[in-house]
Amino acid sequence: MPVPVLAARDVRKSYGRGSTRFDALDGVTLEVFEGESVAIVGRSGSGKSTLMHLLALLDKPTSGRIELSGRDASTLNRRQVNATRNRSFGFVFQQFFLTPGASVLDNVTLPLTIAGVGRRERRRRGRVVLEKLELISKVRSRAISLSGGQKQRVVIARALVNDPRVIFADEPTGNLDSVTGRIVEDILFDLNRSHGITLVLVTHDEELAARCDRRVFLRDGRVVESEPGVAPAPTGRHAGWAAPHDGHAPADLAGGAR
Amino acid sequence: MIRSAIGNSFRSRIRTLFTVVAIFIGAFTLTLTTGTGTGMNRYIDTTLAAVGTTDVLTVSRVDTAEDSAPEPFESGRASTGDEVLTADDLKTLARIDGVLSVQPVLPVQTDWFRYDDGEAYRGRLGTFIAGMQLDLAAGRQLDPDSPSYQVVIPESFVDPLGIGSVRQALGSTITIAVTDPTGEQRTVDARVVGVSQRGIVGGTRVTPNAALEQALFDLQTEGYSAEAKERYLSATVRFDAASTPAQVAALKASVEDEGFYARTVEDQIGSFRAVIDTIVFVLNGFAVIALLSAALGIVNTLLMSVQERTREIGLMKAMGMPGRTVFGLFSLEALFIGFLGSLFGVGTGIVVGEYISAKLSAGLLSRLPGLTLVDFDYVSVAAVVLVVMAVAFLAGTIPALRAARKDPIESLRYE
Repeated sequence: MPVPVLAARDVRKSYGRGSTRFDALDGVTLEVFEGESVAIVGRSGSGKSTLMHLLALLDKPTSGRIELSGRDASTLNRRQVNATRNRSFGFVFQQFFLTPGASVLDNVTLPLTIAGVGRRERRRRGRVVLEKLELISKVRSRAISLSGGQKQRVVIARALVNDPRVIFADEPTGNLDSVTGRIVEDILFDLNRSHGITLVLVTHDEELAARCDRRVFLRDGRVVESEPGVAPAPTGRHAGWAAPHDGHAPADLAGGAR
Repeated sequence: MIRSAIGNSFRSRIRTLFTVVAIFIGAFTLTLTTGTGTGMNRYIDTTLAAVGTTDVLTVSRVDTAEDSAPEPFESGRASTGDEVLTADDLKTLARIDGVLSVQPVLPVQTDWFRYDDGEAYRGRLGTFIAGMQLDLAAGRQLDPDSPSYQVVIPESFVDPLGIGSVRQALGSTITIAVTDPTGEQRTVDARVVGVSQRGIVGGTRVTPNAALEQALFDLQTEGYSAEAKERYLSATVRFDAASTPAQVAALKASVEDEGFYARTVEDQIGSFRAVIDTIVFVLNGFAVIALLSAALGIVNTLLMSVQERTREIGLMKAMGMPGRTVFGLFSLEALFIGFLGSLFGVGTGIVVGEYISAKLSAGLLSRLPGLTLVDFDYVSVAAVVLVVMAVAFLAGTIPALRAARKDPIESLRYE
């Protein structure tokens, strides 16, 4: 039985105390295997974003466990958590969160800057992803001058620049018209299929969810319907995974901590 | 990190500019006030050297301190001013532990001074103690060991005596008259070796060297018995220049135990310094107030910046930037603002200070030559820069902490 790259085990998350207590998540169990694309689907307030935040180590569950490649995330110290988010995860949010005055290249290489990668290497890797996303002509443009679709591609480039193992996307197409949204979707699924990057997608859009390998439906903090996770075949379309990122073994997601 | 901190501070230029201006004003004021302190104290130091050297006590039978209270009357003691030092007293003084030498101050009363048979002017003789540095406008210091008669005249004498210029005064000969005990006027010629500047203290007297002073005194007391001659108002006691203040105080105490009054040069001039230090302290207080309001400006600017960049901070933290790096970014920004402000403030302060003191020396303060009202030394200027940057850094910690503690989820939800 392969170990899921990400797992939530009977996770609860509540805000407030006493009478104002609100359970955003009420005992959610979920396994995400390497190379999968999983959609977390639900209406607003269903707890889908909270679940993603927990899986992405942006927040801690009130009870239950989050596991990274089988390792309990609560055993990681703050530095390891930061390093994992920095090197193993990529984030695409509904809003772009680009620094408007900075250049496209600077925006894209932000994770590398945070990781302390040298200027020259940052540029090289930034250009590689921008090339891949057909934004190379915009390298020097300021982020503010781009169209919505271009901005979201910059955001994806930023999520990709550190060669992540998992990309978390929270309503990635929420702010885009259907045509550009479609293009962005295609990019994300292509990354998933051809590069084997695990995709965790949060959406209320059933159509987008339908394109994922698997869907998990949430309502009022509980999983109401879930298609079981299937461990991907060791060979085949995920062969690209064999190349370790930055030398840390693929099986150990939290190993990114230096 | 430094680069991005600097870049960030330029992101909202106007706001940064005004904060820098606020810091600038604080640093500028602080520079000027400390500069004034430096200038005044330097002036005091040169004046101090003109009044006397620091390794001497002026000893007399009379309390000459300006602020002394009247003493209760004791029968058998002469009234104030009549008590003099005798040859025996000088011997007593010489025997005190720590006293290297005793030199009486000769009470020479000059009648007039004249240059080249011109008009005669009244004037008083000053006292020259070996090692004393007169505040000279031109020429050189007196040679205490020279057998020839030398004199330093004040600048104010040059014109009335009809010498012409300060330059011409050097090397010229002036005639000094005293009255001998028979009532007859006797004269001595002396060479002018230097011209002294007018100062707060001294600088208005004609200062003779030891040989000239002795010659005038001998004329004035010609025919007196040794006992009648050796009556001095005060004497100069020399002690080891390396003495600590405690040792000086002990020496003073033992001199006073013998029934004398002793004052150091510091005693004579210390009050001036105290006044100036107080003024500078108060001025610095104002500058610090200006700086504090500027610090609040930094707090304000950075808090707004943290607020504006909440989402960016959240994103960076989500991407794994540790809280302390976020803290560092904002602290560095504060430091940079402080650095810019202090650099411009101190720079402008120095330029303006130099300009003002040049103007004042030529105008309002021309009667106090040698005074540079605003003067700078590297240590105090560097101290101002460091203090301003420290204040800026401290001001920056409040917003920086706030930024560092931001919860990434909350920040990213922020609309």
